[in-house]
Amino acid sequence: MNILIFSLILLAGAYVAGLLGSLTGLGGGVVVIPLLTLVFHVDIRYAIGAALLASIANSSGAASAYIKEGITNVRLGMFLEIATTLGAVGGALIAVFTPTNTIAILFGVVLIFSALMTVRKKHEHALQEGSRLSYVLKLNGSYPTPQGEVPYKLQNIGGGFSIMLLAGVLSGLLGIGSGALKVLAMDGAMKIPFKVSTTTSNFMIGVTAAASAVVYLQRGYIDPGIAFPVVLGVLGGAFTGARLLTIMNPKTLRYIFCVAISFVALEMIYNGLHHQF
Amino acid sequence: MKLIKTLTGDRDIALLVGQVLRTGVITASAIAFVGGVLYLAKHGADSLPDYSTFTGEGKEYTTFGGIFRGLATFKPSAVIQFGALILLATPILRVFFSLIGFAVEKDRMYVVITLLVLGIILFSMFGGLKV
Repeated sequence: MNILIFSLILLAGAYVAGLLGSLTGLGGGVVVIPLLTLVFHVDIRYAIGAALLASIANSSGAASAYIKEGITNVRLGMFLEIATTLGAVGGALIAVFTPTNTIAILFGVVLIFSALMTVRKKHEHALQEGSRLSYVLKLNGSYPTPQGEVPYKLQNIGGGFSIMLLAGVLSGLLGIGSGALKVLAMDGAMKIPFKVSTTTSNFMIGVTAAASAVVYLQRGYIDPGIAFPVVLGVLGGAFTGARLLTIMNPKTLRYIFCVAISFVALEMIYNGLHHQF
Repeated sequence: MKLIKTLTGDRDIALLVGQVLRTGVITASAIAFVGGVLYLAKHGADSLPDYSTFTGEGKEYTTFGGIFRGLATFKPSAVIQFGALILLATPILRVFFSLIGFAVEKDRMYVVITLLVLGIILFSMFGGLKV
């Protein structure tokens, strides 16, 4: 295979990754890493470098649109980024001492968890009574719905902060946005309406990924020949996906994708256990 | 300064932050695209490097000096890496603009919170630096 063909196939694969990522809410990295490692047999470290760039492109592209609509809670994002960036830098440092097979197995487990989180039932009601800390930190807010602005309050900020720390570590270790864990922290622990959780999570992914990507760039994980088709493909796919979202309801697609992702995850775990990485 | 004076309230700052993100991503992908085309024109017919064993990139793609030296000679891979650098810088710039926003609002607590996040990122940039 020559470089031209490799780049074109990777570009097409990354496009599909970005498309599925934005339609299902799982970031582009979730598809990019298995594609590179299982299909092209690229070392998982190069795959992590490429996936981090894809996560940043994806998050920054989408976040600018959500901010415009006024759904993202910028203060909350900023506050929780203390946890995710700390975690991400830690994760990137731990990665040096972690065998690649362990990383692959861990990736598989997180993938299955993310798939489950995506199809689970979401709670949509806004909390009326916030914890004391939520007032001190000015984290309560409101978001637009078709029925007008809906105010919401937060609780269990310590719990949310701790889960974010873990999300950051995994993001730094595996090169993914770990959006599923971020949403679990906000929507599950802090009881924030789902729409605010997903957009704020998306908003945070770029900064979390950038914190560890700097370490990875310096360590030589980011290969230009892999990076450019991945970044361009994911971004193009995410852009198309965002357009498609306004005209279609991807509910069925989400289920199919989550089943497919789980199989890919099992393959990663299997290969990891047999030291194929 | 005119720009900063016109910023009143959360909403304007949020919009500015959104603009920063959008501009950064578009610039980064445009540069990566140019680099990619140059790279394919030069190396497209070459056989694939062995990506299955990790060797790590050399200094020319992992340090500011190396990337900028390559950029000066229009080295395709260095152009792509420069695009990657812009992409990495985008969310960091976003944090920086939020800092200005909170400072304009005189929201001291959030100035401190934002500085903390910026500090962690800068630590990872310079703390783990390979020289």
